[in-house]
Amino acid sequence: PHWVSGPEAEVQRMAWAVAAVLGLLLLLGSPGGCGGSPGPPRDSLREELLLSPLPSGDIAATFQFRARWDSELHREGVSHYRLFPKALGQLISKYLVRELHLSLTQGFWRTRTWGQPYLQAPAGAELWVWFQDSVTDVDKAWKELSNILSGIFCASLNFIDSTNTVTPTASFKPLGLANVTDHHLLRYAVLPREIVCTENLTPWKKLLPCSSKAGLAVLLKAERLFHTSYHSQAVHIRPICRDASCLSVSWELRQTLTVVFDTFSIGQGKRDWSLFKMFSRTVTEACPLASESKIYVDISSKTQENELLEVTPPPLSVHEASVQGDRRTYAVYDLLSPLLFNVSRSLNVQLKWKRPQDSLDLSTPVLHAQRYVSGYGLQTGEISTLIYNTHPYRAFPVILLETVPWYLRLYVHTLVITTKGKENKPSYIHYQPAQDRRRPHLLEMLIQLPANSVTKITIQFERALLKWTEYTPDPNHGFYVSPSVLSALVPSVLAMKAEDAEKSPLFTSLFPSADGSSYFVRLYTEPLLVNLPTPDFSMPYNVICLTCTVVAVCYGSFYNLLTRTFHVEEPSRGGLAKRLANIIRKVRGVPPL
Amino acid sequence: PPLPVAKPVPMAAALPGPRWLPAAAALLWACCGSAATDGIQDQAEQFFRSGHTNNWAVLVCTSRFWFNYRHVANTLSVYRSVKRLGIPDSHIVLMLADDMACNPRNPKPATVFSHKNMELNVYGDDVEVDYRSYEVTVENFLRVLTGRIPPSTPRSKRLLSDDRSNILIYMTGHGGNGFLKFQDSEEITNVELADAFEQMWQKRRYNELLFIIDTCQGASMYERFYSPNIMALASSQVGEDSLSHQPDLGIGVHLMDRYTFYVLEFLEEIHPASQTNMNDLFQVCPRSLCVSTPGHRTDLFQRDPQNVLITDFFGSVRKVEITTETVALDPNLVGLETRVPNDEMATEPLKYAEQLPVAQIIHQKPKQKDWHPPGGFILGLWALIIMVFFKTYGIKHMKYIF
Repeated sequence: PHWVSGPEAEVQRMAWAVAAVLGLLLLLGSPGGCGGSPGPPRDSLREELLLSPLPSGDIAATFQFRARWDSELHREGVSHYRLFPKALGQLISKYLVRELHLSLTQGFWRTRTWGQPYLQAPAGAELWVWFQDSVTDVDKAWKELSNILSGIFCASLNFIDSTNTVTPTASFKPLGLANVTDHHLLRYAVLPREIVCTENLTPWKKLLPCSSKAGLAVLLKAERLFHTSYHSQAVHIRPICRDASCLSVSWELRQTLTVVFDTFSIGQGKRDWSLFKMFSRTVTEACPLASESKIYVDISSKTQENELLEVTPPPLSVHEASVQGDRRTYAVYDLLSPLLFNVSRSLNVQLKWKRPQDSLDLSTPVLHAQRYVSGYGLQTGEISTLIYNTHPYRAFPVILLETVPWYLRLYVHTLVITTKGKENKPSYIHYQPAQDRRRPHLLEMLIQLPANSVTKITIQFERALLKWTEYTPDPNHGFYVSPSVLSALVPSVLAMKAEDAEKSPLFTSLFPSADGSSYFVRLYTEPLLVNLPTPDFSMPYNVICLTCTVVAVCYGSFYNLLTRTFHVEEPSRGGLAKRLANIIRKVRGVPPL
Repeated sequence: PPLPVAKPVPMAAALPGPRWLPAAAALLWACCGSAATDGIQDQAEQFFRSGHTNNWAVLVCTSRFWFNYRHVANTLSVYRSVKRLGIPDSHIVLMLADDMACNPRNPKPATVFSHKNMELNVYGDDVEVDYRSYEVTVENFLRVLTGRIPPSTPRSKRLLSDDRSNILIYMTGHGGNGFLKFQDSEEITNVELADAFEQMWQKRRYNELLFIIDTCQGASMYERFYSPNIMALASSQVGEDSLSHQPDLGIGVHLMDRYTFYVLEFLEEIHPASQTNMNDLFQVCPRSLCVSTPGHRTDLFQRDPQNVLITDFFGSVRKVEITTETVALDPNLVGLETRVPNDEMATEPLKYAEQLPVAQIIHQKPKQKDWHPPGGFILGLWALIIMVFFKTYGIKHMKYIF
């Protein structure tokens, strides 16, 4: 500004000072970005760790970090990101994504021995996305989205293309708010061969507001997390109700990480666990940006007598919830309450078994499945799926989604579904045959499972011969068939009342529950490893030589047999004297004897 | 184009005159011009310093399978040194052809060791692998180098270098005379590599390039280079094999190759302010330690290797110009956030979708099938029927039918 002298200068300086002070107030007083009166921050973070001892003696630890942002991401001009990571926010607004679910898993959740999982993920990488209905070219957006995600998460998601993408028609309904459920906006792909390692955990941790410096995320150390039987990390983005009236939309980002520590490799055979034993670290403080930071330990006992587990330090409160149709008790440690760190600066939750576990405590889950491939040789085979319903008197429907790559040619006329020896006709079948090198097989069926039964689904296939360049560098390892997905509404033992999503723990609000009589569960079967007829890549030169030799010998022999003429030869007579005489006569020019 | 190299011209040669004059001038210069010499020497040295402004690194491991653990450990140790000396992850393109850390055969998951007795974990906690597993192919490697990448490739997978970038390219794996094997299924030849570097030169994608290769007969890979400003090092000459260093009995495989092991030891002593130059790197692994003879090639490089610092390629030492002028900021600039508009409220409450709407699924209308013209069989069948009809009843009926 031009500095003029006199009283005008005074006025000008005062005006400038006032403007500066106002500007400073604005800067300090409006972290959320409102130009007028500063309101409460529009985003919040909740973090939670759930430790559940499994019936087999192992322990499962589920981390959940939920960032909720009360804003409309699809509007222009959103540029101030606080807790919600900018990388994902920009992705959602650019590709008009309504829901995004990405998971990277190593290992397999053994439902029969470990019980029903809260949120299971298939082995490898799984990505399913619902787009907004304003997207014109869904396939193009899907391809670009998977490429960008491969850069963010250091995974080979760029291998997702039309040969492994399907559009399910009945499974994978949106988990968030939805008014349009046209399944042409949904894309689903699985890469069963994908490896999960530290390079995938590093960017996942960087998306957290506190990173791995404070709060529950300090426990996430790669050396311990990958020495497990099951490791699954996932990112879920969906729109949710902002409040009970549900008139406006908030965006929710959930980052979940589930690990199962094995008794024998980590626990040295003993079934006593502690945070230090599992993660080689203890918790010292909550994340300062979190509005809620809790550790839940599952201490429910099946027999209702005395407790199975002893938890130290003694929990400040106990929470009871009905999860998956069962009444469960949890010990709660609230990291934000000042009482927790009174005794010691670090929190090391320890679990000890009071009495040895007997088989009465092991309860089989209501729904579990297994899948295997049978047959011999390298031409044909058969995929069989067994689905078990162990509920004593209730029947319920299940949707089975199978995606089979094009090089295993399924024969749908051999599809047989039997339950208790009788044929079971599905209420809905959607089958999309494969196109070579363009599209995989998609088979979706809605099957009614009678109570206390085993349903067997078998389908035969034939193996195709791939082109030379389509084989992977290690083709003798085999080719993977992605896991099949079972979605079911399982009837629950107890009637559950719908609890407020904000007040209940995060692990109870993964799936939106419609009514209290059943709960939704999504299970995955094992991936299959199938050998295709593989040429011997190591010896092309030798093979060509051998083949050429055989062909030459065969052909040459036949040629000779067909074209050679035979003459009868005079037998030679006479001894040595006659021959000598003949030689002399030849020299003389006289005809021989 | 590289900066013109100025050679200090002795003053005596520039002056014409009687024969004794240059000698006298030289004597004078030698005796009393020491301060002046230093000044000229400094200026001359300025010309010999590198003119790069940013550093990139492309680290490639081309071998698959568990018994090639040492190649992954080689690449990760160079990655570790390069990160430690300052090159950020966004400027490193790391390509690992197989996963050793989380391999089911690894007794210590999420670790890759370079010394036996598991002393140094080169995998670390902060690694970002850009190309992994099946993505490491000759095509992807050449696309990264030349910049001809499909448009939707993320930034972390691109080599976004310019004409002032110094690039370090490190390759390791199994190789032979004139080729390097990628993943046991394809090879890259030295001619292809030389042509790729020439493409990079013509597109001005590098200022100077340091190429290090640790394979058997590695020197054959740099024989064919013909672009300027390339310096190359190899772990063995043509006809020699590069050997591995030491196995670890706990892990069961050889952990590193000899050449890279000694290079790593050498690099562990470098810090961002070191003045060690390339000649020291050339002496790193003598025949007594390495069993093979490491080789190097500097004829294409403009500067003298003695003046090239290790941190010119392995570190990210930036030139900083300190200015003493004052810059006046606009005092009226206040950080105002635009007022976020109020979100629209829906008229009726939104609801979550039903996860398993059985009734809706069963009654889903089947998709309208698109009409396709009748295929060969149907056409043939109809043609047969019509032919038989007209053969039997005669052609004169046709006008009554059509």
